Amino acid sequence: MSHVGYVLGLADDALVAAQRLGEWCSRAPEMEEDIALANIALDQLGVARLLLTYAGELEGAGRTEDDLAYLRSEQEFRNVRLVELDNGDFAVTMAKLLFLSIYQRLLYDRSIGVGDERIAAVAAKARKESAYHVDHSSRWVVRLGDGTEESHRRMQAAVDLVWPYTDQLFEVDPDVHALGLAGVIVDPSTLRPAWLAAVDAVLTEATLTRPAAGSPVAKRGEHTEALAKLLAEMQVLHRAHPGARW
Amino acid sequence: MVTLFDVVAAVKDPELRVLNLAELGILRDVAVDGDAVTVTITPTYSGCPAMDLIRADIESALHEAGVSEISVKTVLDPPWSTDMITEEGRSKLAAAGIAPPGRVFVTLSVRCPRCGSPATEQLSRFGSTACKSLWRCTSCLEPFDAVKAI
Repeated sequence: MSHVGYVLGLADDALVAAQRLGEWCSRAPEMEEDIALANIALDQLGVARLLLTYAGELEGAGRTEDDLAYLRSEQEFRNVRLVELDNGDFAVTMAKLLFLSIYQRLLYDRSIGVGDERIAAVAAKARKESAYHVDHSSRWVVRLGDGTEESHRRMQAAVDLVWPYTDQLFEVDPDVHALGLAGVIVDPSTLRPAWLAAVDAVLTEATLTRPAAGSPVAKRGEHTEALAKLLAEMQVLHRAHPGARW
Repeated sequence: MVTLFDVVAAVKDPELRVLNLAELGILRDVAVDGDAVTVTITPTYSGCPAMDLIRADIESALHEAGVSEISVKTVLDPPWSTDMITEEGRSKLAAAGIAPPGRVFVTLSVRCPRCGSPATEQLSRFGSTACKSLWRCTSCLEPFDAVKAI
């Protein structure tokens, strides 16, 4: 995976997460939550747009953020499977958001001093937004995990369901490893101990058990069937009316 | 004399209507090169949906001032922080019933912008726009928006 592939990976994680979170709009358990999830989606979308624009420039083929978002096929998306999974119930959404936002916060925090100045600038902005996402999802996971018998059961089930997909966050190929060693970008595999410590702290407070087993590891670019449906909805307008504007 | 910087600085933020771009702290530079004017701004949040509108408002303000060659650039570095909202901007927010942000890294209670009471509670970390959170005053019972410190 090249430098472009790495940037696309970060961008697609944010873009697909934004699309999924946006699905809650008008359907969240309470109005404040509706607004919160839409706001978090908006933050993710903002980061995705900046990084997609940058990926297009790095690639040098003249593709814009819209070309990359709307005209790539499922196989060309580089997001981790964690973000494309269906929203499930509210607990599943919060488990996904907790694992993703802790990862993004660490990644952005450590990207501030990297050699790639574009990524460093995007990260310096995004890290403060990420801190809010971590805070929000942590509070919900604790509230549900350490709540009623039923909320505990469902929160634990959500963690168990989503957990196997977290391994992929730290999966890197030799190119990314080399770029990380050179200080150009942050090698995500180096984030694992800090990520695990932060996740454990929340799960413990929430009286939840961390599942032991990982999963067969998938590379970025390998997807579940959920992504095709998500893209169909996200891309339909642009594909039906190329170049359409508001 | 009104400079082109003043013209751009006076453009209102579309979401915090009481503030202009200079008071909000997002205007970085207005560079004049012959007939061409280049304005540099920075977003408050990565996904701030008001950026396109702000860009259009800057263009129309400069257009009215007789400038025809206008470009608006967006930079991210250094990132915007609520510390960049000017003192005058803070007073205007409070006067409009929106609690101004505390200084980052200093935890202060949020004062009710209506009655001034520090007895307030946060209803939601996320409010009507990306930059605000939702609060309620437990003294006068009024709900209000507060600009989030980032």
